[in-house]
Amino acid sequence: MSTWVYIFKRIAGSIPILIIVSLISFFLIRLSPVDPLAQLRLNPAISQETINSEVKRLGLDKPVIVQYALWAKNFIKGDMGYCTDNTKVSTKIKDRILNTLLLSICVIFFSWIIAIPLGVLAAVYYNSWFDKLLTIVSSVGMAIPSFFFAILMLLFAQHTGWFPIGGLTSVDFSQMNLFQKIIDISWHLFLPVFVLTTISLCSLARQMRANLLDVLNSEYVKFAYAKGLSKRKVIVKHALRNAINPIITLLGFEFAGLLSGAALTEYVFQYPGLGKLILEAVMQSDINLVMASLMIGALMLIVGNVISDILLKLTDPRVRV
Amino acid sequence: MKNFISKLKKDKVPYFAFWVLIVLYLLILFADFFAIYPSNYSNRKLAYQPPSNIYIINEKNNFSRPYTYNYIKKFNKDTLCIEYIQDRSKKHYINFFSKGYEYKLFGLIKSNFHLISKPDECNLHLLGTDINGCDVFSRLFFGGQISLTIGFLALLISFPIGALYGGISGYLGGQIDKVLMRLAEGIMSIPSFYLLIILASILPSNMTSVQRFALIVAILALIGWAGFSRVIRGMVLSIKNQEYIRAVETIGANKARIILKHVLPQTSSYVIIAITLSVPSYILAESGLSFLGLGIQLPDASWGNMLKEAQEFANILYRPWLLTPGFLIFIAVLSFNVLGDKIRDILDPKTLK
Repeated sequence: MSTWVYIFKRIAGSIPILIIVSLISFFLIRLSPVDPLAQLRLNPAISQETINSEVKRLGLDKPVIVQYALWAKNFIKGDMGYCTDNTKVSTKIKDRILNTLLLSICVIFFSWIIAIPLGVLAAVYYNSWFDKLLTIVSSVGMAIPSFFFAILMLLFAQHTGWFPIGGLTSVDFSQMNLFQKIIDISWHLFLPVFVLTTISLCSLARQMRANLLDVLNSEYVKFAYAKGLSKRKVIVKHALRNAINPIITLLGFEFAGLLSGAALTEYVFQYPGLGKLILEAVMQSDINLVMASLMIGALMLIVGNVISDILLKLTDPRVRV
Repeated sequence: MKNFISKLKKDKVPYFAFWVLIVLYLLILFADFFAIYPSNYSNRKLAYQPPSNIYIINEKNNFSRPYTYNYIKKFNKDTLCIEYIQDRSKKHYINFFSKGYEYKLFGLIKSNFHLISKPDECNLHLLGTDINGCDVFSRLFFGGQISLTIGFLALLISFPIGALYGGISGYLGGQIDKVLMRLAEGIMSIPSFYLLIILASILPSNMTSVQRFALIVAILALIGWAGFSRVIRGMVLSIKNQEYIRAVETIGANKARIILKHVLPQTSSYVIIAITLSVPSYILAESGLSFLGLGIQLPDASWGNMLKEAQEFANILYRPWLLTPGFLIFIAVLSFNVLGDKIRDILDPKTLK
């Protein structure tokens, strides 16, 4: 029962943060010198009446507070307005969210599956050649700018021809059957996932190694050894459980980092995700789209944090409400 | 301090990284001395010229002073491409430690002394040229001046703000703490890169390059302080219950004095660690922003905006010399990371045991 109370409290606690985020981003954008209707005004095919009605719909003739209230009301209803090219923001953003989620989940899955065993091995064989190698490789991996790495991978794809260059689907995607579609998407996903996984893997493996080293030095592990337990049992049953908790807390942060890091990678690979969308929106100063993707990005981040907190509650009974 | 350096010397890799950074900063400090062309040089007739080859063995198989040939731009009618062909008719000898273009060292001392200089009619481009015919080799130094300092400048703004904010929030506690921390959490909840590009995109386009540089620094600083302030707040919460703080309170010191003089100095070792570990992320953020064309703008150089040309696929395939700034970012960030880890090991009280 207490778990449910905790989950409920955690979700309720994130609502004020969401409101603050919306206030910050709304005022940032509305108080900036960018004219949200500049695109429409420049287009000679659009009449003055259309612009006037758009001004009215956005409430641009009213004070900022009223504009915010109007925007917030519409946003909760799911109406995020129109893009500059007159398509609905909500339809445009929906596919992009799914694509970004697909990318992020793949990256998190692979980086955890690979990083945790690597970190554990490095900690168990502390100061061995493997440990030193991992330290070197992970520092190198953390230092490569994600977009530069992505460019190098594109170069690799071009020279070998093993991987497609950019996009998420092939040209003839609509004619494929389900199985071929899955193959096609994973083939396109490989390089972006590889780039992002390598980058998040490095810091994760280091973190895991440091945590396990801390735990291995603690009294209760020494006691477990003194009891005569085998090394394998001590590490898997006693040490690992405590060492993994901070990593679960990191999950939320990692998700945040992924959303940011993915923006550049998506841009280089022309991957149709949220990061690329927000970049395009920013470049075209499409205010509605920027606002909506900013909010969705923040929402995803907060949900990620809530999920990691709930996971932590489930694995670590010491966490209290 | 002496103790610190001797500890640093013990481990070879971080010590090497330390020297790499010193060399990098010396290179950008004396950028004009190392550069072959001035920072505003561009020759539109020689866009995308490949790197000049340097020869030290002449056609008679004897050693000679290093020399190079000019490139001639030719339109190939069969392939419909512009090609660069070496003009073997005339050798151009390269001079070392001699006169080149005139510049002001540190903006004060007039000089025309250069490491490498070349005859006027020679188009020496050690790392080729970019789309505007700017010399990539020279721009690496000028770009480094921006890329390697912007992180420190942003830290100088964001860290005092974060420390003060966290200090006030933690020390005063109660409702103020709740409001301040909610605000910080709000900023942390926006994916930082999204916030970064939005802030950068609303900058007006008619600014001078100095104004733009200052505003990019301010934007980078605005992103970083929130997370830092939360950690400081956590530390302050435990510091404020210590006896010496109670003692200061009983003497009757005011709150501002307690926070600034007694509480925050206690967090200094964490602050130093956090600074060295966060410089790389600022360098990466600037390069990402400039890569997208939202950061430092032409004609100013930064490693990020030099890489902007790599956005075009033809460039990375046929003009790989345009990718060199990426390797420099990599080297700088790697050195900062390695050094930062070592500094943490030295200063962290946990590892002292």
